[in-house]
Amino acid sequence: MNKLSVKTRGMILSVVILLMALCIWHVVTAPKVVSNPVALTGSSEYQALMGQGAGTTVEKSGFPTLTKMGETFYQQLSHPFYDNGPNDKGIGIQLAYSLARVGLGFLLAMVVAIPFGFLIGMSPLAYEAFNPFIQILKPISPLAWMPIALYTIKDSSISGIFVIFICSVWPMLLNTAFGVANVRKELLNVTKTLEVSPMRKAFLVILPAAAPTILTGMRISMGIAWLVIVAAEMLVGGTGIGYFLWNEWNNLSLSSVIFAIIMIGLVGMLLDIAFAKLQKAVSYAD
Amino acid sequence: MQTENSFLKVENLSKSYKEGSPPVFEGINFEIERGEFVCIIGHSGCGKTTILNVLAGLEDATDGYAYMLGREIKGPSLDRGVVFQGHALMPWMTVLQNVAFAVKSKFPDWNKAQITEHSKKYLAMVGLVNAENKKPSELSGGMKQRVGIARAFAIEPKMLLLDEPFGALDALTRGVIQDELLKICSETKQTVFMITHDVDEAILLSDKIMLMSNGPNARIAEIVINTLPKNRKRASLHHDPMYYPMRNHLVDFLVNRSKDLQIKGSAGELDGYQPVLVCPGLQTPITQ
Repeated sequence: MNKLSVKTRGMILSVVILLMALCIWHVVTAPKVVSNPVALTGSSEYQALMGQGAGTTVEKSGFPTLTKMGETFYQQLSHPFYDNGPNDKGIGIQLAYSLARVGLGFLLAMVVAIPFGFLIGMSPLAYEAFNPFIQILKPISPLAWMPIALYTIKDSSISGIFVIFICSVWPMLLNTAFGVANVRKELLNVTKTLEVSPMRKAFLVILPAAAPTILTGMRISMGIAWLVIVAAEMLVGGTGIGYFLWNEWNNLSLSSVIFAIIMIGLVGMLLDIAFAKLQKAVSYAD
Repeated sequence: MQTENSFLKVENLSKSYKEGSPPVFEGINFEIERGEFVCIIGHSGCGKTTILNVLAGLEDATDGYAYMLGREIKGPSLDRGVVFQGHALMPWMTVLQNVAFAVKSKFPDWNKAQITEHSKKYLAMVGLVNAENKKPSELSGGMKQRVGIARAFAIEPKMLLLDEPFGALDALTRGVIQDELLKICSETKQTVFMITHDVDEAILLSDKIMLMSNGPNARIAEIVINTLPKNRKRASLHHDPMYYPMRNHLVDFLVNRSKDLQIKGSAGELDGYQPVLVCPGLQTPITQ
């Protein structure tokens, strides 16, 4: 056992923890046979009416059992892309809607935040001028913008994209500005003595130098965007994983709700891994 | 007015960082001829790096002027290559890319092959042919500094400014690179202005050593002409009869005399001061 690496041992332990959790789940949700004391004293006709047999009864937990969960997973994942009208779409389609909204909002935020962050990072004057606005706008919950978005845009789907945009823009903006402002002075002096043109300087020196910080901002933004999209879709409805989750709650299908929760977690993890890879690709050892 | 033959001329340069406080240095006057290797020595805080930055065009002096080839130095220029104290290589570029970046800046019309060839030539000159695809983080301190030197030489500047380039290197590596620098400079007849703390380095490399008094109110106290023969070698340097007079003169200055001018300067007794010209070890001292 000792020869296995920490990573392998960790993985084994993870599986054990999962199995234990599933075990507890199974025990807690298992149907219980309980003796029914009322049956001994009360009217047997009344009990029959209430669907309770004499003497003992089987008490079912409201929480889905593992078997039920397995069925839900199987059903949902075997047809991820079915489309039976507005309230009944496969999980793949719903996730695709959410990802498309997040992707669009995030891209828009990038288009605005990175050039603007560059400007603020390069010019102390611009930084001083815009900083108060950024500091006030940054802590606002993105969902607080929803009424204004709905009123001005008049389209729930685009409002969702706007909410993603507004929540992604701040970490990217601030990180870009910080990264650009903190490029080592030595490197800037090199570009000065080489009389490098402003464009070459921006793209070949400042951008690569600030790239790791910018990517950190993008990774934080993506994390927040994925958190916010679920809430936003619950609010505006129609399509998306957030709407799916809320819809299944209205159907009182807890197994589908749990399934949606796990899917949200998995996709969020994959997004984070992707950004971690990107981050590694642009980072450099000093 | 500028005379045709003075390559670089500095007139009455002074710098103070805060208004009202005494200037770091003042009344700095010197000239450098084409092809000359000039070292400047002084204690920390006398403004050596500031003078170099003024010559590089990276910093403005509070007062006074610096001219190169009769033109006032205003802002950085490709005519003056700088080797920085820290190596200042772009950490995300390979060694070759770092040099090529500089070459492309100097010769924007060249094609890729020309740029690569030119860059490789200068990397070969500092003995870095096999490291061209490495990132700076994979290199030792000495190798990084060589890349910095190759980059500065590759733009073929009219003048080279070196800010204590070997300060962070161990003695062995320093010796090797000093030899290389000496060789390259004698081959290319490069004009060099270099800051150093190392007296032996100054004796080995330079034709002329400027000694600065302590700051604030620092001045160039003496200009020492190197009395050792031109073809100096690191290995035989200390056997030269001129070596000890030279070395003793420099060390004596740093230990004893560097404070004297500061006291007079802060009392305002040094207006119009001209540095003393000395030739240690020679019987007939030249005075100006």
